[in-house]
Amino acid sequence: MNVAILGATRGMGRAVARRLAERGDALFLLGRDREELSRSAVDLEQRGAALPVGSAVCDLERPAGFVTALAQAEERLAGLDAVVVTAAQFATQEALEANAERTRRLLDVNFARTVEFCERARERLLAGGGGTLCVFSSVAGDRGRRPVVLYGASKAGLTAYLEGVDHKFHGEGLRVVCVKPGFVKTSMTAGLTPPPFAGEPDAVARRVVRAIDRGTPVVYAPAIWRWILLLIRLLPRAVMRRIGF
Amino acid sequence: MAKQPMLSGWGMIGRPGRELRSEDLAAVAAGVSLTRGLGRSYGDSSLPANGGAVAASPLADRILGFDPESGRLRAEAGVALGDLNRLFWPRGWSSPVLPGTQHVTLGGMVAADVHGKNHHVDGTFGRHVRKLRVLLANGRVVECSREEESELFRATLGGMGLTGHILELEVDLQPIPSPWIWSESERIAGVDEFVAALRAAASDWPFTVGWFDALATGEKLGRGILMKGRWATAEEAPAAAPAPKRRLAVPFHFPGWTLNRLSIWLFNTLYFHKHPRRPRAGIVHPETFFHPLDAIRHWNRIYGRRGFTQHQCVLPEHENPGAARRLLEDLTGAGGASFLCVIKDCGEEGEGVLSFPQPGISIAIDLPAGGGIQPVIDTLNRRVRAEGGRIYLAKDTFTRAEDFRAMETRLAAFEEIRRRYDPQRTLHSAQSVRLLGDAV
Repeated sequence: MNVAILGATRGMGRAVARRLAERGDALFLLGRDREELSRSAVDLEQRGAALPVGSAVCDLERPAGFVTALAQAEERLAGLDAVVVTAAQFATQEALEANAERTRRLLDVNFARTVEFCERARERLLAGGGGTLCVFSSVAGDRGRRPVVLYGASKAGLTAYLEGVDHKFHGEGLRVVCVKPGFVKTSMTAGLTPPPFAGEPDAVARRVVRAIDRGTPVVYAPAIWRWILLLIRLLPRAVMRRIGF
Repeated sequence: MAKQPMLSGWGMIGRPGRELRSEDLAAVAAGVSLTRGLGRSYGDSSLPANGGAVAASPLADRILGFDPESGRLRAEAGVALGDLNRLFWPRGWSSPVLPGTQHVTLGGMVAADVHGKNHHVDGTFGRHVRKLRVLLANGRVVECSREEESELFRATLGGMGLTGHILELEVDLQPIPSPWIWSESERIAGVDEFVAALRAAASDWPFTVGWFDALATGEKLGRGILMKGRWATAEEAPAAAPAPKRRLAVPFHFPGWTLNRLSIWLFNTLYFHKHPRRPRAGIVHPETFFHPLDAIRHWNRIYGRRGFTQHQCVLPEHENPGAARRLLEDLTGAGGASFLCVIKDCGEEGEGVLSFPQPGISIAIDLPAGGGIQPVIDTLNRRVRAEGGRIYLAKDTFTRAEDFRAMETRLAAFEEIRRRYDPQRTLHSAQSVRLLGDAV
């Protein structure tokens, strides 16, 4: 499979890229830092990715570069089967409330710019006859909750977009995979106390790769979060207000 | 109030502290007193002295290059040995040194200058390391090797992370004829016979190690199983690469009473008699041969919440014949009961200024922590001092500073190099405060 990944140098993106590499897929990496991209490219080559692993600079805060970056990916891979987006910003609710500029940037990057990138990716995949768009949203987008008001809102918007785009373009051959990770032990969550059912990046990546292969529209990872979130969505507002989850 | 976060080594004796984890190791290591890897040292080597934060390397785990002509690998310090084994064994390459567990990072293997079953031929891991990229206490990043900043290089091999934060390394992998092991094993009647059998096997076998029963008494003291091995030839080996082993896990901490003299005696006796009287030979999985304890995840939990320690020392047996037996007699005299102990002959001393092995016999003894542990450790250390041996810092929790200083004749040389690179001793660990007298 030929896959372009935005955010492959760190965290969940690194884990997903490695799983794809170990089965010999062809990868093209998109990210902000050229040096980091080339170090990750070598790592993925050593782990079995089809040679060579190419890369190009692409920053969610610079949408002018999206079209060129995706064009480079398609050209170097000689065709694009899937685009994976793991890049996003994260900050705790307290940090965001204390910093309006940081909030603006997070909402902008996690929702508006990510959607904009997905639109360009969708156009390119459809122009090539279809393919898979796999985007990391979050369980935090499933319901408004105290500890993740702003981050959750950005992901709720993204989740809604991904469902809509799935409905609209499914018939034309677009497969959309919306990944909703629960708490995963990555550098994003380093320093936070892991809750019960916290997942390891490798196990989450395995589920994500299977979802990409099958075109599963929504995937919770680790799997148990599907049931946790089902329960949370069913809780009456009065109960949610009390438990502070 | 929130519960105070705790860190511990493999021996599960906790101290206040927390980890800073990032793919960007240099960023989180800047300003902290220590970097740890996977926390597999048994005692307090990887723990902060003052309850603060230490950097953790496991997310900095990229392979940065591999030259299939020379076998030279460049990698970030957090790459786990298990990852390396999985990726490179099937390609015909192996880490030149494989310690008893694969749940260690390459950076940790440098910091402890680890040894394996091939120490008598291939020395420690440090012998095969070509270059290190180190973040110094003053914030400077330097590349050191045998040619550049050679003193820093030598002090960092086995320096327990006290000379700088190891960020990246270059090491020469060894070509292997197949990823499988041809192994032979046999019963050994006692500790003196073990010393002789290891010596006899050394010239024919690249890998040797023994497990023995320190609870057996009299003539049987130190009876056990000697294992010898070599990489299997392509003709001997199965066609398929070895699949990573499935693992059982100890699901929870055993209650304190489950480990006692009787249960340990029973286990040790069964282990000895499980092996047939006649020598056994055949192809074995490399993980089974090199990393047998990894077969059971969280095996340290059998010691319960009190935790445990390991006392590993090396004794110059050919200068003082009988040293190994005298150590075991002292252990029995002090009432120490240990699960199977590990015995291994060591070859030449490594270049690392504080590197553990020296020519002689190394003995590793697992002991449950708790009330009676200190006198047992003190007794063993008295013997180590008397025989002219030394202890392995990566395993140590309870050694007293005066014992360590008496054993470690190279300490002044180490401290001299450390003084040049870190005069304030900004870099320290709970262990270095305990043994080297670093101030917090």
